[in-house]
Amino acid sequence: MDCKNAQTLIAGYLDQELDPVRSSEIEDHLHECVACSKVYDNHQILSAALKTGSVYCNAPADLQKRIQRAVRQAAKPVSPPRWLSWSWARMAAPMAAAALVLLTLFPFLRGPSTEEILTREVVSSHVRSLMANHLADIPSSDQHTVKPWFSGKLDFSPPVQDLANQGFRLVGGRLDYLNSQPVAALVYQRDKHLINLFIWPSDKSAPAEVARVTRQGYNLIHWSRSGMNFWAVSDLEERQLEEFAQLLKNQSPPPQ
Amino acid sequence: MEEKDKLARFEQIILPHLDAAYNLARWLTRNEHDAEDMVQEAYLRAFKFFSTFHGMDGRAWLLTIVRNTCYTWLHQNRAHEMTTMFDEEIHSVDTDTSNPATLAMRSADHQILTRALDELPVEFREVVVLRDLEGFSYKEIAGIANIPTGTVMSRLARARERLKNILCGHPKEKL
Repeated sequence: MDCKNAQTLIAGYLDQELDPVRSSEIEDHLHECVACSKVYDNHQILSAALKTGSVYCNAPADLQKRIQRAVRQAAKPVSPPRWLSWSWARMAAPMAAAALVLLTLFPFLRGPSTEEILTREVVSSHVRSLMANHLADIPSSDQHTVKPWFSGKLDFSPPVQDLANQGFRLVGGRLDYLNSQPVAALVYQRDKHLINLFIWPSDKSAPAEVARVTRQGYNLIHWSRSGMNFWAVSDLEERQLEEFAQLLKNQSPPPQ
Repeated sequence: MEEKDKLARFEQIILPHLDAAYNLARWLTRNEHDAEDMVQEAYLRAFKFFSTFHGMDGRAWLLTIVRNTCYTWLHQNRAHEMTTMFDEEIHSVDTDTSNPATLAMRSADHQILTRALDELPVEFREVVVLRDLEGFSYKEIAGIANIPTGTVMSRLARARERLKNILCGHPKEKL
């Protein structure tokens, strides 16, 4: 065994991570090589010093309370800024009852439709991603980096395409939560405008045609294809967002 | 999962690992204040994605999220640190002139050791923290840091060598 190899394996030997064969090889080497045996001794000193925990940083006393409060706040079903985390299924019965009362009393008042709720969620997610400095969990313009990143984090594999040549640069991806489920969010950039593209599996097998809406100055386009729902949202002009949607539709594989 | 059950389970399984979360965040951001923010954000994300947690090790699961949260923050706020090249490979074997007694003395001083650890590139710092401070196995570290197990070993080897050089290269601290 040469010393270069040995000095990497010393770490594994010290941490008892080597298989018995390699372990005995390195032992033999340490017996006959003074330089490597010194490296081993030094690393052992360091590892032992760190393991005493003298530099371990325990959380400040009040942090647990603060986090507990924040998490409980997030879990609360009725808190306006956190309305995203509502469990809609659980709220369905009381909401339906309330809606019925409202509809009976005020026929002109209507609760928001599912689509309207989703539209608001999408806009909120978009705004939050820009506000909270939390655009991408995986910042990369490489579709072959972004796509595998989602595996193991989602139970579906979102199509990821780089449209840099067409003027829509892939910036990265992140996990988000919409429509009561984890979804893939892909971030694209056109000039200074950012586009969030949310993707999650569709429960309808038939592809849905493109629909457009505008909310709070943001343009939204959504469609479903190949068993996936796609929602694109941006402050980009409607025409350009349309172009973006068209590119994605043309490039995605045809529905089975 | 009912929201109330989810919260109870989360507080029981994930909340107890607060010290580990904070320790990792402190060493990745090198700053107590930022570490608190990172931990809080990571906990909220963990809660949001708690439905994807399926009975694996809660501490490793949480630290994966803490690490990702910190790296996103580092890329956005400390981009210059992230572009520092760090040398993954052992290229040559230098003659070691360090004195084990000096090393033992300096590494026993927690202030000196803290400063030395802070000087390591973040990729090295994280494997040392996960291994020697948290006691994770190479396989667990590979999962948390999203690198192959072999890389965990070579990074640890390089990291300890660097740490030793920093500790022994420092001018004598006034005592």
